[in-house]
Amino acid sequence: MSTFELLSLPFMQRALLAAVFTGLAAPAVGTYIVQRRLALMGDGIGHVAVTGVALGLLTGTSPTWTAVAVAVVGAILIEVIRERGHTNGDVALALLFYGGLAGGVLITGLAGQSAAGLQSYLFGSITTISAADVLVTMVLAAVVVVVCLGLSPQLFAVAQDQEFARVAGLNVRVYNILVAVLAAVSVAVAMRTVGLLLVSALMVVPVATAQQLTRSFRTTLGAAMLLGLGASVGGLLVSAFASSRADVAPGPTIVLLALAGFVVTWPVGLWLRRHQHLTEPFDDEVPDDHHDVSEGHTHQHGEDCGHVAVPHGDHVDYLHDGHRHAPHGRHYDEH
Amino acid sequence: MPVAPVHLEDGAVAIGGRPVLRHVDLRVEPGEFVALMGANGSGKSTLVRALVGLRPLTSGRLRLFDTDLERFHAWARVGYVPQRGGAASGVPASVWEVVASGRLTRRRLLRPLGAADRAAIRDALEVVGLADRAGDGVSQLSGGQQQRVLIARALAGEPELFFLDEPTAGVDLASQEALARALSVLKSRGATIVLVAHELGPLADLVDRSVVMRHGRVAYDGAPLGDHASPGLLPDGGHVHHVDHLHRTRHDVVPPVFGPLDHRHQEGR
Repeated sequence: MSTFELLSLPFMQRALLAAVFTGLAAPAVGTYIVQRRLALMGDGIGHVAVTGVALGLLTGTSPTWTAVAVAVVGAILIEVIRERGHTNGDVALALLFYGGLAGGVLITGLAGQSAAGLQSYLFGSITTISAADVLVTMVLAAVVVVVCLGLSPQLFAVAQDQEFARVAGLNVRVYNILVAVLAAVSVAVAMRTVGLLLVSALMVVPVATAQQLTRSFRTTLGAAMLLGLGASVGGLLVSAFASSRADVAPGPTIVLLALAGFVVTWPVGLWLRRHQHLTEPFDDEVPDDHHDVSEGHTHQHGEDCGHVAVPHGDHVDYLHDGHRHAPHGRHYDEH
Repeated sequence: MPVAPVHLEDGAVAIGGRPVLRHVDLRVEPGEFVALMGANGSGKSTLVRALVGLRPLTSGRLRLFDTDLERFHAWARVGYVPQRGGAASGVPASVWEVVASGRLTRRRLLRPLGAADRAAIRDALEVVGLADRAGDGVSQLSGGQQQRVLIARALAGEPELFFLDEPTAGVDLASQEALARALSVLKSRGATIVLVAHELGPLADLVDRSVVMRHGRVAYDGAPLGDHASPGLLPDGGHVHHVDHLHRTRHDVVPPVFGPLDHRHQEGR
């Protein structure tokens, strides 16, 4: 099947639209979640949302909406538990996760549905998404992106330093709950794309990849959204083209593609961080006297001499076999 | 009488039901530089957290700029530098971005940064001597430089009243001196400064008044004291650095609550 034929199929067009919107929305809210060092929060909400899907199957209403509702309640509950700051807060969260998953499986059984009915929500089924679901996905994802970008100064400040934000007059609790609700909405949105069990990957992995190379928050947010978009559209296309030969599920393909991006950038980030650490300026005081002269030094330090140059006060020290050589006239001082 | 930026009358704070601060009176005059000193667990950080509204008072009355705290909304007039390990978080952020977040007190929702905002951010970076590092990631800076970023963030909102919670803790001497320069610029601009410190170091020359906390009460309030207060000035005869280890409980922050035996021991000294 040619690319054109594949892309002209209505179910493929719907899947592509869903992939574009979820690919942009999930990393946008994921950036704030990673900033607050809550990378696993998306997983927790995903587990709780399983109960929401099962309630939808049981009552015959749209699982998307019941998942949104239960995920929002779960996210607010997680936020409240976290805010109380109990030392066993993570245990309380774990209880909520398992409760959500077990409840979901149990209710699915009560609804007379097979586990396969639930499976399309656990692992995604982007190619079976209905036109109505695509519309809901697009609207919800657009809301998430607009809020994440529009309120970015406030959300950044709250995630960066809660106490400072409170004294600055921001209602920290409202913003925290807003982030939790946004996360819950993106979980429900990405449910059809990558599935509830993998949804957190789409929120966290692009951010982790982006921050290997970035130094500012704005570029991290932008790069994470682009990487999320690339992974979800790319993963969908890869699985679509490969499916003529084997049964390749889009959800896991999207997540593995995102992870591949991380694996490629991680060594670069490692090298950058090491280089950064080596060239971090020395902030000890510059010695006044010049008695400590490096003897018999024949090597001429300079740009591209192969030795790391580190700023030290008003000059540069060259790292040479564990010594710090500071140029002084025709010789080098030991600093 | 001019309006006092900070006026606390008979303030008390309890953490988890345990009384931490009792009967604290503190009035700070405009333009004053007050050093809040005391041992670990003496309640000095709790006091400053209560003064910015992070810790509720269990009793007493707190007024900022002559407005009761519950009705105080002019947070743009207050700058706060919390006690933190550093300025970094889970995602990279540039020095400029962290400092710009201090401008939020004066920005309205969904409005982009204006020229005045950018000028204030640039000025704040210059005062702490980090203008040339604006584009760098905060995690690339040394601990002392990160502390200066947090001060610049508070400065960016152009407040009149500053609270700094242990800005000198664990900071190298060069950064302590840069910090002292930044605070002296603030002081010369007429800002009121309340600084929590374990040791003053290079900041000692700037201080107008020392308040020494001890076991959750004000033990001394008056002329500046050096790091090693002269004996006789303090009720317990001097050195204020260390907690009385005999009465130390497992809790780091909560000062010990005296039993009757402890009390007699105190009086018997």
